[in-house]
Amino acid sequence: MEIKALIFKLAEKYGRKRENLIPILQGVVQEERYISDEAMVEIARQLDISAAQVYGTCTFYSFLNTKPKGKYIIRVCETIVCDMRGKKEVISTLEDLLKIKIGETTHNKRFSLLKTECLGWCHKGPVMLVNDEVYTELTPEKIRNIIAKYKENIN
Amino acid sequence: MQSKLKRVDFIFSSNEESKKVLLKTFRKTREEILDELITSRLKGRGGAGFSTGMKWKFAKSEVADQKYIICNADEGEPGTFKDRKILDKALFKVLGGMAIAGKVVGANKGFIYLRGEYKFLVPQLKEGISDFHKLLKNELDFDFNIEIFLGSGSYICGEETALIESMEGKRGEPRNKPPFPTQYGYLGKPTVVNNVETLALVMMVCQVEAENFKKLGIHDSTGSKLFSISGDTPKSGIYELEFGMSLIDFVEEFGDGDTKSVQVGGASGFCVPRKKFETTTIGYKEDLDGDSLPTGGSMMLFNSSRSMYNVLHNYLEFFTNESCGQCTPCRIGCQQLLKGIKAIKRGDKSEEYLKQLLELTDTMKLTSKCGLGQSVANSFSSIVENFREEMIY
Ligand SMILES: Cc1cc2nc3c(=O)[nH]c(=O)nc-3n(C[C@H](O)[C@H](O)[C@H](O)COP(=O)(O)O)c2cc1C
Ligand code: SF4
Ligand code: FES
Repeated sequence: MEIKALIFKLAEKYGRKRENLIPILQGVVQEERYISDEAMVEIARQLDISAAQVYGTCTFYSFLNTKPKGKYIIRVCETIVCDMRGKKEVISTLEDLLKIKIGETTHNKRFSLLKTECLGWCHKGPVMLVNDEVYTELTPEKIRNIIAKYKENIN
Repeated sequence: MQSKLKRVDFIFSSNEESKKVLLKTFRKTREEILDELITSRLKGRGGAGFSTGMKWKFAKSEVADQKYIICNADEGEPGTFKDRKILDKALFKVLGGMAIAGKVVGANKGFIYLRGEYKFLVPQLKEGISDFHKLLKNELDFDFNIEIFLGSGSYICGEETALIESMEGKRGEPRNKPPFPTQYGYLGKPTVVNNVETLALVMMVCQVEAENFKKLGIHDSTGSKLFSISGDTPKSGIYELEFGMSLIDFVEEFGDGDTKSVQVGGASGFCVPRKKFETTTIGYKEDLDGDSLPTGGSMMLFNSSRSMYNVLHNYLEFFTNESCGQCTPCRIGCQQLLKGIKAIKRGDKSEEYLKQLLELTDTMKLTSKCGLGQSVANSFSSIVENFREEMIY
């Protein structure tokens, strides 16, 4: 969908008050994976606030990407319990499989690999999120299967 | 061996019973419910431990055309995962607690601020909320509407005023207090912010009544508490236990036989070394002798294979990443502490430098604007003072 049309649709759905801003931003990220400068300007116009205010909010939240990201965003928990339970191996397995480093996106724009803080599954660490999906008690083997599944998902 | 810890089974007990409790409670007056809560001495389970009854009383006494009830489900403290399970398995109790809060305070709108990382729960929460709305309308004739607000990946938004800013579409930067949310909260209106577990426990107070609730726990730390237990333990998971347990009994039951320290209350809590297990009790500070530690419920165990330097390093990275950056002592302080311990470890700074870093945490405690910057000192000093050699060599 064209970005202006998407934002119009989201503004109709959530409303045009300042307190509707984050749901709208989340809606843009859901569709586009990130919030472009153009999107920020358009949202500001729809909500009748300044683009700087939209930018300020976007850049505060780790899930509101302001740079292009892959279709599947992988977030590996780097907090202490997962660290103790094998986070390093999780990251190196993912880096090997995807041939990118933490913080990067694959060339074909399918995967981004990011770190995040405690995901609330410490008793089942190490843990990662792929978009909204949680994967617990990760092993290299499990990770290979998960990534294979997402690679097959063509649409 | 008989466990010395007292298990409680309320939060995850039958939700059928909870419905009866809600209907019964709604036949009482607002004042009767409030009295019961104050008598129970229920304290907030989000970490700060403020009296729930008093908080509601303040909000009730405000005159306003609109008030709000917010359930804080931002659960981001490292080592905590109990609120997720409550929402998953005992949603009715949480919604019941919110509706009772709405009745007492005079609010007809509630929100669940759910951390973005728990987005997968949304469909089932929506379904539960929709059924609950029907119950309120059909059986209680009570107009109270609950919505979910999804967070976007920010630990500081668990702080109640940052949470409110976030709901208003702004950066999640904590406000100055006072005014407290009960006076000036969401959109400037009186707002009650309570933790998920606190709201579920309101239902427990209503079910068993204040006198029985108080029989659990010790002194002012009444009732039960959910603990999220992780790290070097063969039994990691979520357990509902009576307040006031001694740490030595806890370690006996949950340790792996080689426990070196327990981090109580997450990265913003305290690290207790083995030699203090015996004298440490889990409960709210003001009413216990010896060392007592309140906790949002995070209990992380470390055995002797762990480097406490790595643990502290990990916490400081966490704080550095999650500081909202609004005030200088916290923004710069976290970075300097992290740099500082690395420099000492490398040998670029002498061990004397640790003293300066400890002074820095004291300054952060005094001058930071919110609980994040103020509590960095807790883990920093408790680790550095108890495991000094590990910081240096
Ligand atoms: C940095 C920081 C993070 C916090 N995170 C949470 C949280 O994730 N969940 C929560 O219930 N309270 C959290 N709190 C405490 C809230 O500010 C607030 O005290 C609490 O939600 C009140 O509810 P209660 O009285 O039921 O505990 C946090 C506080 C600070 C300073
Ligand atoms: S103490 Fe830290 S998190 Fe709190 S307001 Fe200051 S910079 Fe932000
Ligand atoms: S430390 Fe990784 S989920 Fe909590």
